[in-house]
Amino acid sequence: MDHDKNLTEIRMMIARHRRWDRLFLITGIVTLMIAMLIFFALIMGMVIDGMPRLTLDFFTSFPSRRPGAAGILSAWVGTTLVMLVTAVAAVPLGVSAGVYLEEYAPKNLLTEIIEINVTNLAGVPSIIYGLLALGLFVYQLGLGQSILAAGLTLALLILPVVIVATREAIRSIPVSIREGAYAVGATKWQTVSDHILPYSSAGILTGIIIGLARAIGETAPIITIGALTFIAFLPTSPIQSEFPFLSFEWLMAPFTVMPIQMFNWVSRPEEAFQLNAAAAGLVLVVMTLAMNGLAIYLRYNLRKKIKW
Amino acid sequence: MVTNYFTQAAGSDNSTAPASKPVADKCVVKNLNFFYGELQALKSISMTVYEKQVTALIGPSGCGKSTFLRCFNRMHDLYSGNRYDGEIILHPDNENILSRAVDPIEVRMRIGMVFQKPNPFPKSIFENVAYGLRIRGINKRAILEEKVETALRNAALWGEAKDRLNDLAFNLSGGQQQRLCIARALATDPELLLFDEPTSALDPAATASIEELITDLKNKVTILIVTHNMQQAARVSDFTAYMYVGELIEFGVTDTIFIKPKHKQTEDYITGRFG
Amino acid sequence: MKFSRRNDAKSEDMKISAQNMDNRNDVVPAYKSLRRNFRRHIKERIIESILFLAALFSVFITFAIVYMLVSESMVFFEHVSLREFLTDTQWTPLFDDAHYGILPLVSGTVVSSLVALAVALPLGTIIAIYLSEFAPFAVREIAKPFLELLGGIPTVVYGYFALLSVTPLLQYFFPDLPGFSLLSAGLVMGIMIIPYVSSMTEDAMRSVPMHLREGSYATGATRFQTAVKVVVPASMSGIAAAYILGISRAVGETMVVTIAAGMQPNLTWNPTEPAATITTYIVQVSLGDLPHGSIGYQTIFAAGLTLLLITLIFNILGHLLRKYYREVY
Repeated sequence: MDHDKNLTEIRMMIARHRRWDRLFLITGIVTLMIAMLIFFALIMGMVIDGMPRLTLDFFTSFPSRRPGAAGILSAWVGTTLVMLVTAVAAVPLGVSAGVYLEEYAPKNLLTEIIEINVTNLAGVPSIIYGLLALGLFVYQLGLGQSILAAGLTLALLILPVVIVATREAIRSIPVSIREGAYAVGATKWQTVSDHILPYSSAGILTGIIIGLARAIGETAPIITIGALTFIAFLPTSPIQSEFPFLSFEWLMAPFTVMPIQMFNWVSRPEEAFQLNAAAAGLVLVVMTLAMNGLAIYLRYNLRKKIKW
Repeated sequence: MVTNYFTQAAGSDNSTAPASKPVADKCVVKNLNFFYGELQALKSISMTVYEKQVTALIGPSGCGKSTFLRCFNRMHDLYSGNRYDGEIILHPDNENILSRAVDPIEVRMRIGMVFQKPNPFPKSIFENVAYGLRIRGINKRAILEEKVETALRNAALWGEAKDRLNDLAFNLSGGQQQRLCIARALATDPELLLFDEPTSALDPAATASIEELITDLKNKVTILIVTHNMQQAARVSDFTAYMYVGELIEFGVTDTIFIKPKHKQTEDYITGRFG
Repeated sequence: MKFSRRNDAKSEDMKISAQNMDNRNDVVPAYKSLRRNFRRHIKERIIESILFLAALFSVFITFAIVYMLVSESMVFFEHVSLREFLTDTQWTPLFDDAHYGILPLVSGTVVSSLVALAVALPLGTIIAIYLSEFAPFAVREIAKPFLELLGGIPTVVYGYFALLSVTPLLQYFFPDLPGFSLLSAGLVMGIMIIPYVSSMTEDAMRSVPMHLREGSYATGATRFQTAVKVVVPASMSGIAAAYILGISRAVGETMVVTIAAGMQPNLTWNPTEPAATITTYIVQVSLGDLPHGSIGYQTIFAAGLTLLLITLIFNILGHLLRKYYREVY
């Protein structure tokens, strides 16, 4: 009797637990679905509003007071040039710092300070970088509201991303590879340049792409350096037809970038400008999604290819 | 120069008696202590590695044999907190390779090493073998090709690899990868070759081929090998050192160690009573 | 010395090698000395120094940030007492009747962040538990990169979404809601932070070793019980770090609130009102044309310093939590 009663109690308890299990399973799936749905709505809203504006003219026209004639030419050219500066500044600096921390740094207080510092920098709001750039680049170094100032600002912003990605990529290389190189008489730098860097290059590249994808969409720090202006011209081309064929005048040119152009249009009351904002937003989203997608693909392929 | 001859212990007149011809010193270890931070891993070890002979280091796991081996090419310098105390005199230079004035990179350029697990670089077979030459500044294709071929022949891999030199080294089998690592070490003509349990990650067939290779190689290069497989030590080595918790218990001609060990402890280990 | 250095060459292979040994001085540089090679040594040290300077540069950035914010704020605090800054209930630095109370900006920041966290933390955690403990492999393999992609969408796009999609939707249910509101901005900010929270929380939970789960299952626990009673407590430090990161992102977020919450400083705890946050104030001033060195220019650095201190407190809190909860598996 007692035994049977016990058994039914246990069965009821198990059933109760199972119900909870199922309940959570449904909650989880529904939550994930809702999240996906919202993002779908975000994209679709922009597609519906912005798609009609996405003609070739939109890419080849300057911004204009008439919404129907306005385009993103100066914005995408500006974004390209700013990203160029950002990459040139952030990649060597970030990769070098990552290599130092992972391969060279002795275990001491200074190293620990640098490591904690990199972690903290990653958590500093982007607008603070804008304030730093406003004081340092724009005024103290006298760079003004130029492409150079903006590129360097975003370089500082993504530096922690590049450092962390470099360290992670390097850390995945087994010690035995380093020892193999040292054992045939390689110096530390030979080990790093012949082995560590080549074998971690795909991982580092992934980090760089993710960093640049973040920089491409950053608005606040660019606004902070005071670069929200009406730009209806292009900077001097970096490539010249006459000797010395390269010109760096563009570095000091005023500019606008994609997210700034979009923000500009969003904050106008006229609805026609908001359609332009949707179109610009769509271009921006496609750019960042493509870059992040490439990074995810690279990482996925990497994991499959190399088995140490 | 040559400081002493080894005179064979009495009672061992086996055919492969290593000391039937006089042998010279390659490395003389004097009173070597080694510390991982505070922990003393090696305790006043003294022994001699003889030129063109195979010397095996045996002992239960954790006895410090790999630690000892890695002193010879200053591998411990790569990690902070490690400290050597004592001497390893390398001949014919008659120089203590543990001295602070000695550059570990110069040491590693002359003393090669093969690791427990095959660790080829994710490069082509050719580039793996050529790497040691390249970092010595040799970049002429003809010389590289000649040296790579020689090294691969010496590592008994030429036949299998000659048609696929540009393949990624990862495509080789485990045993082939280990022979590739041996070729990589041989390419730079090392005077002493260190083997750290080179067959522990391999199947029996691959193990046999590596052992055969070691036996062939001893005519060209001095070999120091760590193994936890006593049959392997008996098969390939001329001299054997038995270590236990950081100390060298017994060192001598392999046959003597295996047939008539002086110490009870050595005998217990060899006959499988512990370890 | 009777021993010979030359081998008795046995095979073809060995002949080649013996020959090589003889003329190796022609090919491989002769080993003259074991002593330190100074040229090589110097080169290595120079490279190491360059790499070290690159790493040290990150510390320089921190110093530059602190120096810039503090030095401009110092000038600001010569005009405005710290007491006024912290207790005045109005923030009107650009008016003739100037007030410099940071409270209205702080209230806007706190309210919008609380709304965002009320969305992001529960939903992010549920998604993380589902993906880590319940979801089949295929679902996880698709959902994880998908969430990562969403984390990469620019914030200005989310601002557009808040202003032109979410606010009208909310107004449909609450007709009294103004065109700019902390509620709408906070909700979208919350959605925006979900991927960060869920991805980091999931990573923390997946790093809990399998044997802990197996121990729980072996006692008859269900998945949900295992998740809540074993996996979540074991990964507490990682989850706490994820939450802290989420908070710090919400506090520092700029574009969504700028676009959707309005730019009027407003001391309120009511999310349905429009209000400026610390970040929107900085943007507002930057959009105008304030002369370098004016008090208006300095206010944004004082506001920035406040923001930095708030995020710093959370970062330190996260660091301490991680230390406190350091699990030993």
